[in-house]
Amino acid sequence: MSKLVSTLREAMEKAGLKSGMTISFHHHLRNGDYVLNMVLEEAEKMGVRDLGVEASSIFDVHAPIIDHIRNGVVTRLGTNYMGAKVGKAITQGVMDTPVIFRTHGGRPNAIETGKIKIDIAFVAAPCADAAGNANGIYGKSACGSMGYAVSDAKCAQKTIVITDTLMPYPLSPASIEETNVDFVVKVDEIGDAKGIVSGTTQITRDPVGLKIAQTAADVIRHSGYLENGFSFQTGAGGASLAVTKFLKPIMREKGVKGSFGLGGITSYMVDMLKEGYFEKLMDVQCFDLGAVASLRENPNHIEVSASRYASPGVKSACVDHLDTVILGATQVDLDFNVNVHTDSNGFIMGGSGGHSDTAAGAKLAIIVAPLYRARLPIVVDRVHTKSTPGSTVDVLVTQRGIAVNPEREELKRRLVKGGLPVFDISELKNLAERVTGTPEEISKGGRVVAKVEYRDGTIIDEIRSVE
Amino acid sequence: MIRSLLFIPGNNPGMLLNADVHGADAIILDLEDAVSPDQKDAARILVRNAVRALSYNTQLVIRVNPLGTDYYLDDLKAVVPLKPDFIMPTKVDGEEYIKDLAERLTAFEKENGLEEGKIKIIPLIETAEGIENAFRIAKASKRVFGLFLGAEDYSADLRAHRTKEGDEILYARGRILNAARAAAIEAFDTPFTDVNDEEGLEKDAFLAREMGFTGKAAISPRHVSGINKAFSPTKAEIDYAYEVLMAIEEGIRLGKGAVSLRGKMIDKPIVDRAKRVVETAKILGLGGYENE
Amino acid sequence: MKISKSAAAGSMESNDAMILIEPGEGDVEIAIESVVMRQFGKQIESAVKSVLDEYEIDDARVWVRDKGAVECTLRARTETAILRALKEEAK
Repeated sequence: MSKLVSTLREAMEKAGLKSGMTISFHHHLRNGDYVLNMVLEEAEKMGVRDLGVEASSIFDVHAPIIDHIRNGVVTRLGTNYMGAKVGKAITQGVMDTPVIFRTHGGRPNAIETGKIKIDIAFVAAPCADAAGNANGIYGKSACGSMGYAVSDAKCAQKTIVITDTLMPYPLSPASIEETNVDFVVKVDEIGDAKGIVSGTTQITRDPVGLKIAQTAADVIRHSGYLENGFSFQTGAGGASLAVTKFLKPIMREKGVKGSFGLGGITSYMVDMLKEGYFEKLMDVQCFDLGAVASLRENPNHIEVSASRYASPGVKSACVDHLDTVILGATQVDLDFNVNVHTDSNGFIMGGSGGHSDTAAGAKLAIIVAPLYRARLPIVVDRVHTKSTPGSTVDVLVTQRGIAVNPEREELKRRLVKGGLPVFDISELKNLAERVTGTPEEISKGGRVVAKVEYRDGTIIDEIRSVE
Repeated sequence: MIRSLLFIPGNNPGMLLNADVHGADAIILDLEDAVSPDQKDAARILVRNAVRALSYNTQLVIRVNPLGTDYYLDDLKAVVPLKPDFIMPTKVDGEEYIKDLAERLTAFEKENGLEEGKIKIIPLIETAEGIENAFRIAKASKRVFGLFLGAEDYSADLRAHRTKEGDEILYARGRILNAARAAAIEAFDTPFTDVNDEEGLEKDAFLAREMGFTGKAAISPRHVSGINKAFSPTKAEIDYAYEVLMAIEEGIRLGKGAVSLRGKMIDKPIVDRAKRVVETAKILGLGGYENE
Repeated sequence: MKISKSAAAGSMESNDAMILIEPGEGDVEIAIESVVMRQFGKQIESAVKSVLDEYEIDDARVWVRDKGAVECTLRARTETAILRALKEEAK
């Protein structure tokens, strides 16, 4: 029997899509993804309603989902990250059932343990063969790693691979294997290359961000964790990526050879692999073309599934081997809890992604953030939304000083000895407020529009509507 | 100890907010070239409020508009009550300029009930005439703390082509330096203007340090750490300085007339240099024999 | 004192505020638009008001478009706008 069908509609019908089902998507095509919108539009035409959508992330490009929520095609939503556009509509209460926010590790665990039951997984694939073997390293929409789609394909009742580049059988490597695929559809375009990955990820030019990054690198230097075999993860944005720039000369000076770099991978990390700073890269998501090319060509650049990356339910995951992670924050409170879900006005504009997974796994979790953004201080009495529990966060680095979690006495001692400007976190708060004034707290009025599920499956916070 | 002086545009609230976090030993809040003529009033008020509210933890320099402009007196009147460590007058061409400034400062200090002579002057010399008069400028007032070379305007005045290597300003650098040292004051080097060229910056800063400059200005926060590095003694230099001083002590103890170290006679210039290095290292909290 | 000429100061850059001051209708009226309205609306109003008081201005309309300026910036922009309006008047 051929799996290849000629239209998306036909695949959806053959897979038995009907009202009330749960369908899933991965987000490797990021803000260039066409597939989620394509599927929901087709579902609406088919007259299907009351769908549950499990998308590993929702970007601004997915704004049409707001209409599908309004007209009842989508009634339930689970995700690990949500951009500001859809986030605003959700916060304003467009959906009756609260959104479930998970983490990049919690999601595959929920799928693999049956907590999330996916009826049909829609797997956008930059290239695939007619049997459904697929990867992200070839094709015009190449996105690199397809790690977030692996559990979906494996555990869904039906899996549909959607590609714009059909390759001869057998395609290798197979990030998604034919054993899990029911149907394959070729469409004109699965995404807009411009929105999928950037050319190269630029290091911030903001001097405050650079100052923070330099300080974070000094924290790593004096933390006691920078030894041979060092493993490291950092994000692509703001001060996070810049930490790598300052870490490099420190590793060179100390003669430290790292074991692996983890996570979303940028060309900056690729350069460090090539130059021998790390032995391997473990890649769940490529952020730029340099990372995609490296995954394609360098055998030491390894694709990992979301489950292997960060699941708390597997026998071990990459995050459990991680020494240091650099993470961002919109707010940090006096107990070191971090908010990456909501903005200062309470609107959803993000999500945990791998934030709480890596914070929990890493021996040293460093939050980098400016002491104030315009007039808003970063340190608050209580975070508006608790995304990552303070017990898993070790250090906050700002441009005017750092704070160490009081549970980490030994680490604090080392950093003070290393000459770092260590403050009590409440001192950092006061330092900021002397300049900004004390903000009035945002009321937490409305009804629950989202729940934040920690990686272990417990609900650690709720997000309420804002008018 | 001023190794680095970071320029901060006076009408930019965001940069003023973080002016002192970049590691510069001094910040120069600029009311002159970084502020367009129609915003001079706004910058003056903004700088005043920022200095009062933000209590900067670096040395504070305020660069004012030149003598002969409408802004000169208004600037001085506004900034003296802020008690900056230094005023940086611009386009300084001769001693009369500095005498005028010193008198005005005294008058404004009195008016504000401030201790007289507390505010020092770092003249910005950026014309051919200013370079010719460098020594007289340095000696014009007890307030003059150091001379500062501004190579952009200066090389334009010369009709020279400004290069990264800086051959065209070698004379000015030497002249400023000699004048400053002859007057027993400091000398500060012109900023390196390519914000993206960190390697070039380090080379330029190292050259200035080798020539004898005290420190160097930066137009970008990204240049500060390179400048600080260039103007701080290295560990080898500190170690050698301690060795010199210990050898001298030993020589005195043994009543030796001449002392040599590693087969080289230690004469007075070497001892003086070693003392300076040790003193600098102590101020900067850098390691040496004593700290180990 | 009455404001009889209009003037503006500041910018729409982040960390700054644009203050427009113009003749009022017998009293002081302050209209505020801010990216941090919920957190700092009241503090913005009292900062602007206190600068107006320092200059004993009791008849003016003030428009504040705030991009997250801290208090010392807001006060500087307000003062600049007032001085510009008074200077216009003196011409």
